[in-house]
Amino acid sequence: MAGLSNDLFVVTVMAYAIGMVAFAFDLAFRRAPTRVIRAAVTLPSEQAAEQRVLVGAGPSVTAPPVPPAPPVPPAPPNSTGTPSVEIALEPERGYGRAGRIAVGATLFGWLAHLATIVTRGFAAHRVPWGNMYEFSTVVAFIVVTAFLVLLARQKARWLGVFVLVPVVLYLGLAGTVLYVKAGPLVPALNSYWLKIHVVAAMSATAMFFVSGIVALLYLAKVRRPAGALLSRLPDAASLDRLTYGLVAFAFPIWTFAIMAGAIWAEAAWGRYWGWDPKETWSFITWVIYAAYLHSRATAGWKGKRAAWFAVAAFSALIINYYVVNTFIVGLHSYAGLK
Amino acid sequence: MSDVSSLTRLETPELLSTQPVDPSERPSPGGRRRPLAPFVRAWRQLTSMRTALLLLFLLALAAVPGSLLPQRSVDPTLVDLYIAHHPKLGPFLDRLYGFDVFGAPWFAAIYALLFVSLIGCLIPRLRLHARALLRRPPKAPAHPARLSSGIKFETAATAEQVLEAGRAVLRGRHFRVATDTGSVSAEKGYLRETGNLLFHVSLVILLAGIAVGGLFGYTGKVVVTDGEGFTNTLVQYDSFNHGGLVKTDQLAPFSFQLTDFQAEYQPDATPKTYRAYVTLTTEPGAKATKHVIRVNDPLKIGEAKVYLINHGYSPHVVLKDRNGKAVYDAYVPCVANDVKYLTSNCVFKIPDTGLPPSGPLKKPQQIGVEAGLVPTFSSTNFQSSIFPALLKPRLAGVQIYLGDLGIDAGTPQNVYVLDTSKMKLLNLKGPGGSNPPLLSPFNKSADSVTGLPGGLTLSVDGIRSYAVFSVKYDPGKGLVLWAAIAMLTGLIGSLLIRRRRVWIRANTTRDPEEAGRTVVEIGGLARTGNLTAEFDDLVRRVRDRLPEQG
Repeated sequence: MAGLSNDLFVVTVMAYAIGMVAFAFDLAFRRAPTRVIRAAVTLPSEQAAEQRVLVGAGPSVTAPPVPPAPPVPPAPPNSTGTPSVEIALEPERGYGRAGRIAVGATLFGWLAHLATIVTRGFAAHRVPWGNMYEFSTVVAFIVVTAFLVLLARQKARWLGVFVLVPVVLYLGLAGTVLYVKAGPLVPALNSYWLKIHVVAAMSATAMFFVSGIVALLYLAKVRRPAGALLSRLPDAASLDRLTYGLVAFAFPIWTFAIMAGAIWAEAAWGRYWGWDPKETWSFITWVIYAAYLHSRATAGWKGKRAAWFAVAAFSALIINYYVVNTFIVGLHSYAGLK
Repeated sequence: MSDVSSLTRLETPELLSTQPVDPSERPSPGGRRRPLAPFVRAWRQLTSMRTALLLLFLLALAAVPGSLLPQRSVDPTLVDLYIAHHPKLGPFLDRLYGFDVFGAPWFAAIYALLFVSLIGCLIPRLRLHARALLRRPPKAPAHPARLSSGIKFETAATAEQVLEAGRAVLRGRHFRVATDTGSVSAEKGYLRETGNLLFHVSLVILLAGIAVGGLFGYTGKVVVTDGEGFTNTLVQYDSFNHGGLVKTDQLAPFSFQLTDFQAEYQPDATPKTYRAYVTLTTEPGAKATKHVIRVNDPLKIGEAKVYLINHGYSPHVVLKDRNGKAVYDAYVPCVANDVKYLTSNCVFKIPDTGLPPSGPLKKPQQIGVEAGLVPTFSSTNFQSSIFPALLKPRLAGVQIYLGDLGIDAGTPQNVYVLDTSKMKLLNLKGPGGSNPPLLSPFNKSADSVTGLPGGLTLSVDGIRSYAVFSVKYDPGKGLVLWAAIAMLTGLIGSLLIRRRRVWIRANTTRDPEEAGRTVVEIGGLARTGNLTAEFDDLVRRVRDRLPEQG
């Protein structure tokens, strides 16, 4: 079973690699770039939602088969009191060949990924997140899942290559440097809190991972809105909102992960907080994300500065994960490579 | 268009945090109290969001050295090692509280300022929210249909019927509803700000809980060998830390006996389970009860908890005089220097050997022993164990010293370190001519070292496990837990709930050709995100309730 899991892991990484290349092609050679159209619309009828879409999309699209799903931003009332609507449009609707291959390969990889995790769990006779290799594998799985959800709900195909490149690198690192054989847990990890605390930490990490990518894209987009590839991304405001949405979703989960960790620490070591390096970096990450959420509501700090907070917070998360686990000795050391 | 201006104010900054208004925008409290102006300005600066952001960032930054440098609160021996290895940098960092980052005045200054800033924001924010909770939703704008979510239609129903239907639908969806002539105003999502405030108030309470634990709590460590006991008094602890307001002579009067410690290992030497079987007496005279303490599963005694945090081995050391009478007899815990295989260092200090002081200076003739304990001995490597369990235990490299242990001077000494500066190493052989002696604590006949002065015999005739327990008492813990739960609840509320307003205006049409018909305008506003789906649903429900579709 352990061997099967390892084989599936290789299949997963290969499928993602194919998906990554195809997404890159899809983004680079799509005929028309994504464009934002600002339209002033008065909505007199009850089919408000559909009407808005039709009017907004009218100039460039003949007949949209599906009502587009991108988040329609709240429209600030303008001087005349007539609401205006911003819609991120993808004139080249539907999936080209590259796009189809990309999504297909990613979906296939996702299934292999799921199977990798399940077989690993059976091989080790426990939940498959007891060491760094397994943790990375599951986090990458949640990242891809989050991306697929975004893909289904919004037009997030542009995000594909930017998610899959780090995912492939991350899995590559997990499979080579961090790999350990399937085996039982050390007694300190043998607790139902392993399920609660670690699942929360993994989910939040994965969401922060995606938010970090989008925040970086936002910063690139703000710098060069018309750059070769950047022009094909949604507008900066949409990227900013997506970053915020992901952080706002992940932050309570991260808070919960820290609290569950504290409760576990209290049961295992007799103190709920002891400034162990892992705890310290979780705290640092939490504080910077808190600063991000606040900065987005502060005049003079929203936008670029807020995005830098999101990037800084994500860096703290990465440090917590790689540097603290491997180079700093602490009570969480068993999570590492030994 | 006074209505619209009030709406745009609602739209402006989405306030997640406790900061209500930018300091520069706040109304001045009046020009008369001029002398206080600098303080007022300083207070505003402190409670501004920008300062709070800066402090948050500083707090994160200040915590970094706490993870890179060894910390006294975590492991004091590592700190001593670091200072020893860095004779210049070490003391310098120590002066800057580099090894007590989280107790450093500069760290305390940052979070104290942050919390003052927080409380300074919270109080006006709480007042505002309380007022908002008591107030009715704002009056409808002249043309609700012009809002970002808005709709206008005609119906044959009367204006009263429309408004009644609107009220019923909105009340059904838990909106707060107010009626004016010809219009209905509704608002929902007050829980967003309630959650936000709950989060921040709980944060302050959490800090208070931590402070209570710091002042009234204690924590101590004790080593107990199988078959021995512990009573919760200061003298019995090997190490003890307590808050400033703890009465150390009035600790909870419990005691327990370690009846059996069991450890199980995988074949690859990774541990599987640790269990400490204890008999507990909660107070003198109470009935004894049996318990098992495991890792992750402490023993609770009232507010105190006993944790199993470590384990090791205690060989049974006996020193006999020439008549075979034991002058020293004890289980002495050895400290593991290898966490995986439990190879340990043993130090036995025997101050009272029965030998008279020697020489003109009357130097005491005490015995000190250093040895390595190897739980599973292999002939390939004398110095380290190959398995953590007691499969073939040996005391290897036994070094026996004679002289002054240095414990009579009254200066406190580490029981696990032997000061050999006033002692002399005796060159002795063990069983089978082993040199230095190699002793097996499992031999029934007791492996011993003979040839000590005065006909003394040192023998090891048994070995037992010991467990290290940590006793914790933290009365602030419950408060911290509840504050944390409230924080999380508030956080979820403040991030997921949206505040939104809906207005309905119904007027009988003035168009003579359509006499008797009613023009209805419905509009909605949300502070964050869009209202589309919910709004469309509300409109559909209102129209369904009208007696006749327009």
